[in-house]
Amino acid sequence: MKIKYINKILLVITLVALSAVPFLAKAAEVTQEQIKGLDEQVQDIKQDVLELTTELSLLEEKLLFPSNTQVSLFVSLYSGKKFVLDAMQIKLNDKVVAKHLYTFKELEALRLGGVQRIYTGNINTGDHSLIASFLGRDASGEQFKGEADFTVNKAVGPKFVEIKITGGDSADQTISFQDW
Amino acid sequence: MLLRSGIFIAAFLCSLSSYAASGLKGVELRDLYFGEVLFYAYQDKYFEALERLDSELIQYYRVDESNLDPLSLNLGQAEFSVGDIELQYRMDKRAGKAIQAVLGRGIDLATRNLAALDLARMYFRKNDAERALYALDLIHDEVDMTKYPDKSVEDLRGVEPENFKVDVLYLRALAYISTGQFSNAVDILDSLRNEASIKGYVLYNLGIALIQAQQELPGLEVLDELGRLETRDKALLALKDKVNLKIAYRLLDSANAEQARLYFQRIRLDGPYSNQALLGAGWAEAALDRYDRALVPWTILHKREKTNHSVQEALMAVPYAYGKLQAYGKSANMYAEAMDMYVYEISRLDDSIKAIRGGKFLEALVDEETGQDENWVVNLRELPDAPETRYMLDLLASSDFQTSYNNYRDLADLKIRIETWLADLKVFEEIIDIRRAYQEPLLPIVGDRFEKIDARAKLRLEQRNSLAGKIKNILIAPRPDFLATADERLALDRITAFEHYIAEYPAKVTDDQVYRVKRLRGVLSWRLQSEYDQRLTDAYNHLLSLDETTKAFKKQYSSFIRTRQAATQSYEGYQPVIRRLRTGLLAAQRKLKGVMAKQGRFLETMAENELDRRRKRLEDYQIKARFALAENYDRVSGADQDKLIEEQNQLREERLKQLELEKEARKTEEKAPSAGDSLDKDSSILNNIPSN
Repeated sequence: MKIKYINKILLVITLVALSAVPFLAKAAEVTQEQIKGLDEQVQDIKQDVLELTTELSLLEEKLLFPSNTQVSLFVSLYSGKKFVLDAMQIKLNDKVVAKHLYTFKELEALRLGGVQRIYTGNINTGDHSLIASFLGRDASGEQFKGEADFTVNKAVGPKFVEIKITGGDSADQTISFQDW
Repeated sequence: MLLRSGIFIAAFLCSLSSYAASGLKGVELRDLYFGEVLFYAYQDKYFEALERLDSELIQYYRVDESNLDPLSLNLGQAEFSVGDIELQYRMDKRAGKAIQAVLGRGIDLATRNLAALDLARMYFRKNDAERALYALDLIHDEVDMTKYPDKSVEDLRGVEPENFKVDVLYLRALAYISTGQFSNAVDILDSLRNEASIKGYVLYNLGIALIQAQQELPGLEVLDELGRLETRDKALLALKDKVNLKIAYRLLDSANAEQARLYFQRIRLDGPYSNQALLGAGWAEAALDRYDRALVPWTILHKREKTNHSVQEALMAVPYAYGKLQAYGKSANMYAEAMDMYVYEISRLDDSIKAIRGGKFLEALVDEETGQDENWVVNLRELPDAPETRYMLDLLASSDFQTSYNNYRDLADLKIRIETWLADLKVFEEIIDIRRAYQEPLLPIVGDRFEKIDARAKLRLEQRNSLAGKIKNILIAPRPDFLATADERLALDRITAFEHYIAEYPAKVTDDQVYRVKRLRGVLSWRLQSEYDQRLTDAYNHLLSLDETTKAFKKQYSSFIRTRQAATQSYEGYQPVIRRLRTGLLAAQRKLKGVMAKQGRFLETMAENELDRRRKRLEDYQIKARFALAENYDRVSGADQDKLIEEQNQLREERLKQLELEKEARKTEEKAPSAGDSLDKDSSILNNIPSN
């Protein structure tokens, strides 16, 4: 009986000691080869997910915005470096379809020549009124607004319209439209 | 060797990242969707950019008349961008293939050369300098006119980016150093000494290359030149401090403390190497037995952030100096203080190791707020229960950790994307079901009605064609009777019937009747003949008017056909695709889960090992402090000893209380920006972290 009791105590001590081992033991070193190998596996996953995402995006577009009704509106900036575009609002057939507040990075991307797709939707063939307005600041930080309208003539195929904001550093900004 | 290879590799990456030029800059936009790709790429949203670019290229290659796609005007840049963006997204394997494809296809020499440079950079970053040199050899100056005789030299040459040649030479020099061709590297770097944009980096690498090429003295002279460089550039100032520090320690190690002092003095007090410099400056004075002077830098260091390795060493150095100056009481007190501090820091390290093992480190790494800006190390520190990052600054700045950290964040991002798409697929299926439920019962009814309308339409179109044919024939051979009205036609038929009757039964009709029939024939013929031209014009105009109606009808007809087709396509044929994509997503999710867990373990292991290393160092200091304290006790007399012990006990209690208070207040304090050295150290580390 006594031996059994001692054995039990020993077992408890051993278990406690074992449970303490992970904390005391130093984690194994990570080698460069392991990092490189895992990096390649990560790249493979990235490739898989990218391929899937590309297909999924095409599927989504086909499902939600079929080409015969699709309309996409893009915003581009051809203004001076000191003009700050704060926000854009798009009205299609007198209904606000898009509003966007620009982050610093987005504004920089627009300045470098990137084009923002601000809206994608569905409309039927025929004429549709489009009103684009913006809120911005000039070099002195003063706020001002701009607005322009355009008639979107939707035919059978998908319709793309570029909304261009052009001007210098001041409030001389104008909005123009280009059918693509 | 003091100037180890590890030192200059950091400078390579630092200089490369700040010096890299992207092929995406200055693209003339001809396609809106490619513009959208750039919009995301310029914001460093590489996944979004790549996904859109891949979609665009797939659609471009799918269409029959791809030359009509506006992307054809940006195709060169688009294909070049694939490799460029993939590099930015750390997909080196695929980027290499994409860049090589451009190398084989690009007709513009500047684009091909830029692709070769990108490829070389990629190999160099992957520590494959041999291949980097091979890629650099693919860069040519001469345009090959034989393949494209119809193009002008200007078109084939393209526009070479500014600094391209310098970039190529600099990278070649770095690759030479990595492959041990130091003399070649020296020749190139020597020719680049006057390039203002990379001057500091050139001097650094030139100095290293010279030393490695057994030209130690000229090498040290070049490093000395860098150490005295006048600049305001933060990164260069840090590099300058680093060089001065390395030279100073080298001199100190070779028992030239007097000279070492001068180099330590060049290092800024608020720079990232100031702690090491203050420590070294103290040791230089100590080496010259000037302990009172050694106390000056060490006392400054003593007051700084206690997690810093140099500060921790200074905790021992200050009492050591006091001991040497025979201020044993003060020395003993400060050793005791150091021991308490080591105990406290060891307990913080233990807490940090526990936090890592509890998964808090990984949670903090993928926290959305953490990765928002360049100060992610500082952000990380502010998160609740996150391990103490001050102990891991060197680790966090290391290339291996950066690779693993970026991979882990990318995987976390992909995990969310996969989950979102899986949820979206369910919504897509619901949309398809709703469309099917609505369209399927309607389509047969619409189809029946359409068939009837279609039959009538075909008949009418045939009639129109027949009329058009007749009018065309009349123009060649006039037939006035063809233009008779319905009444006139009936009248003509009756007159013809009368005429047949008269011819058959002449006895049964009177002369007057015969005369009347002839007169009626004459009247009708007269009308038809005299009105023929007008009637022909009218008929032609009516046909034109009918054509207008027919055109409108055909448009409506086509629109209906398309709408009916779109209605069917809105729910038909999606299921197999959705099933396949879902299977793909689930497989990727499984794969990702395993790799992400492994990557997380690597990060935890690296962090844990680093903390463990620092913990062991503190334990060593603890032992040394204990011995030093005992030594100090031995040096004071019995009565003074008791007084000293009593004084120490009081001070110790106060310190422990203070440390407890500090521990409680630490979280709140850390929410405010840290001042002084620690932040400087952090920002310098951040400067050294390669951007990709």
